[in-house]
Amino acid sequence: MAALATAPARTDGGAVSTRSHLIYFSSTSENTRRFVQKLGRDAARIPLYAKDAPLLALEPYVLVVPTYGGTNGEGSVPKQVIRFLNNPQNRALIRGVIGAGNTNFADNYCAAGDIIAAKCKVPHLYKFELMGTPEDVDRVSQGLDKFWTLLSQKQK
Amino acid sequence: MTEKVKLLSHVEAINWNRIQDDKDVEVWNRLVNNFWLPEKVPLSNDVQSWHTLTPEEQQLTMRVFTGLTLLDTIQGTVGAVSLIPDALTPHEEAVYTNIAFMESVHAKSYSSIFSTLCSTKEIDDAFRWSLENENLQKKAQIVMDYYQGDDPLKRKVASTLLESFLFYSGFYLPMYWSSRAKLTNTADLIRLIIRDEAVHGYYIGYKFQKGLEKVSEEKRQEIKDYTFELLFELYENEVQYTHDLYDGVGLAEDVKKFLHYNANKALMNLGYEAMFPASVTDVNPAILSALSPNADENHDFFSGSGSSYVIGKAVNTEDEDWEF
Repeated sequence: MAALATAPARTDGGAVSTRSHLIYFSSTSENTRRFVQKLGRDAARIPLYAKDAPLLALEPYVLVVPTYGGTNGEGSVPKQVIRFLNNPQNRALIRGVIGAGNTNFADNYCAAGDIIAAKCKVPHLYKFELMGTPEDVDRVSQGLDKFWTLLSQKQK
Repeated sequence: MTEKVKLLSHVEAINWNRIQDDKDVEVWNRLVNNFWLPEKVPLSNDVQSWHTLTPEEQQLTMRVFTGLTLLDTIQGTVGAVSLIPDALTPHEEAVYTNIAFMESVHAKSYSSIFSTLCSTKEIDDAFRWSLENENLQKKAQIVMDYYQGDDPLKRKVASTLLESFLFYSGFYLPMYWSSRAKLTNTADLIRLIIRDEAVHGYYIGYKFQKGLEKVSEEKRQEIKDYTFELLFELYENEVQYTHDLYDGVGLAEDVKKFLHYNANKALMNLGYEAMFPASVTDVNPAILSALSPNADENHDFFSGSGSSYVIGKAVNTEDEDWEF
């Protein structure tokens, strides 16, 4: 699979830059990574550890972000994703967000996606559970194609 | 019980300042933040609603809850404890003690519901039913056998299937009542249990996958085959159990969809692909939205017209780390 294989380029500022149109966070449970892998697209992963070089987006992208529980949104967005979005350039290039989670978390299901959508004023495009079913993969695959086409038409 | 629970032979003082697996801390914190007790839920507000149920519906509800009590008791007293000797890190051991305790809280909370809503005689009858129902006892026995077996990976599979699959024939009913504006405080309590079970299933499934990384490809294949066999065995029994309970109210087919949906999630917690196709996991939307108000299909921007999506609703976005 060609996805995920693209070696990110290291820039001068110590950051790793990416031209991927799909950026994701996944904890060591690897659920979100597995979902993204099934999409078969070039994708970049937000680093897990503070000691890792930060990721810098160079192109517009859709963010895939999991929610691990929590209540009333508090503590729902992974710290690593907050750090990534605190960078103004990364923030300027986000076009949409896809949430991962578990409906067992009630109104906190995919809360991180809701919060990021609200803060960055982009649509929360889709929600799926855990590593996603084959139907989720199909819908997101087709949905992303449509979404990028739509956006490029708007820009013309 | 004749067999003794296996204990660790050696214990070292646990140092939470030296972490081998961040997931242990993350899950410990999540569980602690989620901590609750049944006394915090105003169950007595459901008394009036309870009396709008027919005697048959009341009996069904009590049977469902005694069945759940049995599973929570197993998981608290045997299941979570049986995982301790196999832990990969000392912090994992501590997380299992937290899980075990919460399962005991869950088991006790059904008794709070009973004492609030039912008479002593009704309660005794329901507990007697739980002892006599063949399919409920069989489900308990299948899981207990694996907990007493000697394969750590198989124990984790059984435990994850219990946390993420076996509870759901029971959880369906309070979600159903909630969707009809009945027993809504009871449903609030059950949702707290459901939230806990999600974290338990996720964590035990995660540790299972960590364990799989350490064994041969051959063993991995054996465990995978075993997982699907066990799931089928439990599933067939679950279908029988569902008919026992729900045929009288005509809900069995609806419950089965919920079973399929949750079986898929149990498999995903173990790192396997979903098995049941979408055609049999189309859970009644009313049940899904009783479970999570955020789960409705309107949030699928892709399948919509593209103009009707909502930009995230008003949620607390003010974690201190944000810089914008």
